[in-house]
Amino acid sequence: MPTLCSICTTARALVKRPKTGQQVCKQCFFDVFEEEVHITITQGAQGGGSIFERGEKVAIGASGGKDSTVLAHVLTVLNRRYDYGLDLYLLSIDEGIKGYRDDSLETVKQNQAEYGLPLKILSYDELYGWTMDKVVDQVGKRNNCTFCGVFRRQALDRGAAGLGVDHIVTGHNADDIAETVLMNILRGDVARLQRCTAVTTQSEDTIKRSKPFKYAYEKEIVMYAYFKKLTYFSTECIYSPEAYRGYARVFLKDLEAVRPSAIVDIIRSGESFVLDQATQRSMKAMRRFRTSPARANLQKPASAKACALLQGLESGLDRAAVRTTQMAGGEAPEGQRSIPMFERKLRVADGNATEGIERAVQRVEIKTE
Amino acid sequence: MAQPETLVPASTSGLGYTSGSAPAASPASAVRTRTADELEIRLEFGGGLHLIFSQQPKHTIFLPRTTPGADARPADIRYLIAYMKDNLVSEREDMFVDGEGVRPGILVLINDADWELEGELDYVLQDRDEIVFISTLHGG
Ligand SMILES: [Zn+2]
Ligand SMILES: [Zn+2]
Repeated sequence: MPTLCSICTTARALVKRPKTGQQVCKQCFFDVFEEEVHITITQGAQGGGSIFERGEKVAIGASGGKDSTVLAHVLTVLNRRYDYGLDLYLLSIDEGIKGYRDDSLETVKQNQAEYGLPLKILSYDELYGWTMDKVVDQVGKRNNCTFCGVFRRQALDRGAAGLGVDHIVTGHNADDIAETVLMNILRGDVARLQRCTAVTTQSEDTIKRSKPFKYAYEKEIVMYAYFKKLTYFSTECIYSPEAYRGYARVFLKDLEAVRPSAIVDIIRSGESFVLDQATQRSMKAMRRFRTSPARANLQKPASAKACALLQGLESGLDRAAVRTTQMAGGEAPEGQRSIPMFERKLRVADGNATEGIERAVQRVEIKTE
Repeated sequence: MAQPETLVPASTSGLGYTSGSAPAASPASAVRTRTADELEIRLEFGGGLHLIFSQQPKHTIFLPRTTPGADARPADIRYLIAYMKDNLVSEREDMFVDGEGVRPGILVLINDADWELEGELDYVLQDRDEIVFISTLHGG
């Protein structure tokens, strides 16, 4: 005898929800999944209110993968159902990886037609004058995801500015966020723990970013895409992912298999971390140090990081040297705007550290005007 | 609440591949006919998992109704996974198998139902069952 749905008690249960163990039918699964995202959206802001404002222009960071595809679908549905009054866009980044990105961009174009959302594709090539394929030609296949990560973050911001968008939403799900919490702990980056678990992040100079899937398990996103027969594209990036993160991901999946609540438990731990005063002081000092122009070369903010990477590439540094630059740079801080806003005038006085990027900026401004 | 379905063309798999990029495997029935002591099982792979199954997202196999050896039992998912490991995985079997089950992070659907509702490894296979394996380990 089939198990009956614990919500409607009439239809056959097809999904066991990882968060609660609840057994639900297909329709009730759609309903609770969408409803939970709606709750995250309407209560996810810092003070407990909605992350969206009526009339807001919102760009969905669309990779063609399952998370952003389901996000585009669910936001389209919720925007209509609950009348959020949002202007939705799809924003895609073309890293310039032959075969990999070509297929996923085709998928995004199909999504554009399916959801009737305007699509903007921004390429590394037009932004930086470099495709990832060219980067790999020069620096080799190892560690190039550093380039990917630093470049992509900026590219989304620039694309959003180009669209005149107020808010970027991404498909990061509960598993991704738990993984980031783990990574921050494994790297000793405790100052980022709270921030990386926030639904919405914004600082003075950044476009607002949100993760409406903060509480959505990867399993449910995959099931949703499968039952709705959504068009997405899934393949591994042909360039090797960061090994350290790979271990964290597998470890997390192992934990989840034994105890599904591990995901939300880890997120809760990240949220609850409170730094003691001494740590806070040293973190603050670190920030001041970072923003002090005299020290700019010692502790580079993300903008300088990308520039250093670009500079390294453009001056044809050998592989080892570029890799050293990468190591020193690390990853771009969560939610931090790294290059000047799209419409802002160029600051020539910044000196040669930003030369590479400024040239790229000029190139983009000419093209998009 | 039914509006979203109309947005989606019926041709897509919902599994992360499109029919254009992935030709269907020729079913086992095209090669020979099923014998009385075999089950016809349809397999489908999502989330990029087809890449380690000869790049083909759909397979039809004939599986012995009972497991080989002295302690023969009716074919279950545990046996199916062992059979797939020996006969179907084309590369990187560690991306699929873990012990006698599948690697954590791979979802299994039995006739569209979450295998956690069907007894997981102990589910006894029926003729023409459709089993879907979806990897959640890669790609956002
Ligand atoms: Zn139900
Ligand atoms: Zn990559």
